[in-house]
Amino acid sequence: MNIVVCVKYVPDAQGDRGFEPDHTTDREGVDGLLSELDEYAVEEALKIVEAGEGEVTVLTMGPEDAAAALKKSLQMGAHKAVLVTDEAIAGSDAVATSLVLAEAVRKIGEETPVDLVLTGLASTDGSMSVVPAMLAERLGLPQVTFASELTVEGSTVRIRRDDETASETIESTLPAVVSVTDQINDPRYPSFKGIMAAKKKPVQTWSLADLGVDPAQVGLDAAWSRVEEVTARPPRTAGEVVADEGEGGTALAQFLASRKFV
Amino acid sequence: MAEVLVLVDHVDGQVRKSTAELLTAAARLGEPSAVLVGAGGDTARETLARYGAAKIYRLESPDLTDHLVAPVAEALAQLVERTGAVAVLLPSSNDGKEIAGRLAIKTSSGLITDAVDVQPGEAGGVRTTQSVFAGSYTVVSSVTRGSPVITLKPNSVPVEESPGAGVEESVDIQLSDVARAARIVERSAKAASGRPSLTEAAIVVSGGRGTGGDFAPVEQFADSLGAAVGASRAAVDAGWYPHASQVGQTGVQVSPQLYVAAGISGAIQHRAGMQTSKTIVAVNKDPEAPIFELVDFGVVGDLFTVLPQATEQVNARKD
Ligand SMILES: Cc1cc2nc3c(=O)[nH]c(=O)nc-3n(C[C@H](O)[C@H](O)[C@H](O)COP(=O)(O)OP(=O)(O)OC[C@H]3O[C@@H](n4cnc5c(N)ncnc54)[C@H](O)[C@@H]3O)c2cc1C
Ligand SMILES: Nc1ncnc2c1ncn2[C@@H]1O[C@H](COP(=O)(O)O)[C@@H](O)[C@H]1O
Repeated sequence: MNIVVCVKYVPDAQGDRGFEPDHTTDREGVDGLLSELDEYAVEEALKIVEAGEGEVTVLTMGPEDAAAALKKSLQMGAHKAVLVTDEAIAGSDAVATSLVLAEAVRKIGEETPVDLVLTGLASTDGSMSVVPAMLAERLGLPQVTFASELTVEGSTVRIRRDDETASETIESTLPAVVSVTDQINDPRYPSFKGIMAAKKKPVQTWSLADLGVDPAQVGLDAAWSRVEEVTARPPRTAGEVVADEGEGGTALAQFLASRKFV
Repeated sequence: MAEVLVLVDHVDGQVRKSTAELLTAAARLGEPSAVLVGAGGDTARETLARYGAAKIYRLESPDLTDHLVAPVAEALAQLVERTGAVAVLLPSSNDGKEIAGRLAIKTSSGLITDAVDVQPGEAGGVRTTQSVFAGSYTVVSSVTRGSPVITLKPNSVPVEESPGAGVEESVDIQLSDVARAARIVERSAKAASGRPSLTEAAIVVSGGRGTGGDFAPVEQFADSLGAAVGASRAAVDAGWYPHASQVGQTGVQVSPQLYVAAGISGAIQHRAGMQTSKTIVAVNKDPEAPIFELVDFGVVGDLFTVLPQATEQVNARKD
């Protein structure tokens, strides 16, 4: 089983996130890390190869610093890593990101065909949840997304997917693109052994030229939509807070009535 | 007038409110055409026409409903080509966003997800407004490329009735093999709670770890207000409430008129799912809980005494 896991390097959600003058996400002012939601995808990949056999390659597209996200994944137990970095990719949207990731998956598959592409549920910074679907579209593969349970048997993948109204079981042939939710497992912490072993694992760095992607197809200028205005919302100012001294519930009902909710 | 395609969100022809919002928004950009996938077209027709659908494309092949998203994206791409639609609007659900993603690539069109407003832009394009980073920024974008593909968050656009002709057209769609690779082999509907759906409700009352697993006061308060019930991840992880009710970054994003957080501290991931609510109320024992930074009204107190008292008062006021 040859598995590629797409992982993203994101600004820490606890930090003060903001925008650059060119309306791209400010990635300088805030510490970055492996998107927490992608740890579930790494964990699931490791569980699959540990239960059978195979290899896990982690793939990221981002600035050079994004190597930190790969390092954490290697420490968890992934076997090798690929960083796609290029000046031209700054400001890429989901359309461009999916193009670059698709070409990188193809190149990884040149040696051994890729059976499974795993991704997280959403980027903790962009949170669009569209890259997996777009990646599947670009690779001409089925997508099986939002998996809260996953089993692989032979060349079939089966998942459970839940929403407000129903719980579904979905089956697909491999290769496929599968995204996993934070319900699927408990990601492991890197062990001391894992941290030491990661130092010797191969990390390849590819540019757009290595992938045969035309720089004009990615980056801010290539985006198919254009951000025109960004305005910070005035922070919500705290309203009235009362201490309950026996009448808290009544005060709450009065407030709701004053706002016509009752 | 140019057509604007709207993907209908429905269960057996029962059209969800979000679809009326999409039709209202579509009418600003052109002539709304509803695209109805699956059975129930006869039931849905009147509602779709009432909110402005000039045409209704009925796509009833089981291939479209028995597989995950890819066939619907193919069908929409073929419709865009056939009709020359100037935009495609979809609901911002998991499925809606994924169909949108695939469709944008297929038709080489710009994509905006989770829009909270849609207006005509320059040169036949579309201007959208989004709320990002847990509601702390408002972003206005323009999409001019292709037939812009926009997913709209529920509860964002005030619905307007504006009768359309509702002329039905059946269309012939060709599906590829790969679109049919991901098959839905089993589907079990969840038992209905009798409460409004979380994403569409005007009022949401959520409980967190502070409930200690007893959601009764939360549910009773919700019922007094006709509200949907949500939960924090801590409550969901503890098994106290189903995951589908989780509000937040990795759950459902809601934007009701009123959001009540009971026994919820207000972690950034929870805020990401509720911060755009119009009015926010919290009940929490801890005066330092971060949720109080966002509230319009807060009560520092025990939810087990505050909520029942409030429930009683609300019920009394209704009589
Ligand atoms: C990648 C990631 C994604 C996440 N996604 C989400 C998400 O989508 N949604 C989400 O909610 N969280 C999410 N979280 C978790 C989030 O960080 C918090 O851990 C979680 O929201 C805490 O839930 P809580 O407020 O119920 O519990 P706590 O933080 O433990 O707060 C409980 C509160 O209840 C109060 N309380 C206790 N007893 C009472 C009482 N009797 N009466 C009144 N108040 C009382 C306490 O004072 C406290 O403030 C995510 C975390 C990660 C890492
Ligand atoms: N720049 C990137 N590099 C690698 N993987 C990514 C990147 N952007 C998105 N992904 C993957 O796509 C998933 C969903 O991302 P998004 O659609 O941006 O919410 C993430 O959880 C990652 O697995």
